[in-house]
Amino acid sequence: MTAQSATHTAPETGYNFAYLDEQTKRMIRRAILKAIAVPGYQVPFASREMPMPYGWGTGGVQVTASILGPDDVLKVIDQGSDDTTNAVSIRKFFKRTAGVRTTTRTGEATVIQTRHRIPEQPLGEGQVIVYQVPIPEPLRFLEPRETETRKLHALAEYGLMHVKLYEDIARHGHIATTYAYPVEVAGRYIMDPSPTPKFDNPKMHMMAGLQLFGAGREKRIYAIPPYTQVRSLDFEDHPFRIQTFSHPCALCAAEGVYLDEVVMDDRGGRMFVCSDTDSCEERREQGHRGAMLADTPAALKGESSHV
Amino acid sequence: MTALAHGFGDPVTDAQQVFHAAMNALARPGRPQPLTSGLEPPRPMTPELAAIALALADHEAPIWLDPALAAASGAADFLRFHTGAAVVADPGRAAFALIADPGMPLPVEQFALGTAEFPDRSTTLVIAVEDLSDTNGWVLRGPGIADRQSLLAAPWPHALADIVRLNSAVFPRGLDVLLAAPGRIVGLPRSTRFVEEI
Ligand SMILES: [Zn+2]
Repeated sequence: MTAQSATHTAPETGYNFAYLDEQTKRMIRRAILKAIAVPGYQVPFASREMPMPYGWGTGGVQVTASILGPDDVLKVIDQGSDDTTNAVSIRKFFKRTAGVRTTTRTGEATVIQTRHRIPEQPLGEGQVIVYQVPIPEPLRFLEPRETETRKLHALAEYGLMHVKLYEDIARHGHIATTYAYPVEVAGRYIMDPSPTPKFDNPKMHMMAGLQLFGAGREKRIYAIPPYTQVRSLDFEDHPFRIQTFSHPCALCAAEGVYLDEVVMDDRGGRMFVCSDTDSCEERREQGHRGAMLADTPAALKGESSHV
Repeated sequence: MTALAHGFGDPVTDAQQVFHAAMNALARPGRPQPLTSGLEPPRPMTPELAAIALALADHEAPIWLDPALAAASGAADFLRFHTGAAVVADPGRAAFALIADPGMPLPVEQFALGTAEFPDRSTTLVIAVEDLSDTNGWVLRGPGIADRQSLLAAPWPHALADIVRLNSAVFPRGLDVLLAAPGRIVGLPRSTRFVEEI
């Protein structure tokens, strides 16, 4: 398996670099700069049609297209995996239109576009993570009108959000929200971290890398600068807690990482393995061996060839 | 009329590199980011001011010029030709304000501060200085800064303390600043504060 394409290739002719025209890039770039200046605030932008359907991360794709340069190295993940159809097609899209190098290795990437996970390996100062966001507005389910949610954000009127979380506690005895768990950024804006598991929320706090969020259908860009306070909403008597897993990864024996349940065979065999496939592979290369590594079919170990 | 100075040699790549420097500058306040500009704009516009304008301004993002640039022959024509942006006299309409003379007072409260609901609709000030370093000087804190960040600009822009004070009072509205010296830029987004009052 090659972790990185060998050379960077010339982009196909007939496209502007990274597909978007320069006017659109400038508009998105200005939005990104304002998003960085007001951490957690949703900047409206004029989202463009992309040659892929909504739901395929067109917001993230437009942000990535606007920041990429010829020397960048791009990684794309979907639910922690580099090999899903969504991740593969976005990676191919940028190889074709920008000619940039791509990688599956978190440590080698300068730009990581993601749907639903933050890599287990901490990101460094030279890295930007771009989240594909379906619904950027954390107050949407409390107040569907954008004119009203803008007012609530303007006034930092977030009482309703706390009420909603507290209703969870009344009903379930704990806060039941496990994905898109709301955070407060730099002590001001309440932000939806996109449908990442709340397991990843602590990684957003004081991250060394820059975090950018793009919602294509909803036409919003927002950001968390590096080294910024990100607090998951909670209550004194019900503090925020991340998910824990009772077993280590069945393939690489990692603990304290996010695991997915996978079906092993047609007899109902199941195991829990790293959601971050690159992190899992790197650990196995380093000799870490999980309890079921020997019995697992190659395809489930992520030993297919990367595009 | 004399010939206009040329624009970017490679518009796509040059604009991306200048944006990249501006993005990192605002994401890591006070930390100098390298910025190379091959431009030779009419003086007193500096190559760095011109690079930021050409990379980011256009017909949707008007430019305001400080008196030094407004009085300079060819500065407004150069910008209009290469960006398509309107050069506006009203600071409140400007997406970008280019300031060539950091020693002069600025109409700080007249720039666009954004609104409570749309704080992004605000002016970004781009101020030319002669030198920038992070070895000592004023101490900054805020998002993008792990603990504390030093910043020394020479000359120290006359309006900077007022801008930071205003930002602290009106946040999330406010003004974002890029300081541009030969070969490097520094960002001071509206979220940045001085550790001690100036
Ligand atoms: Zn694993």
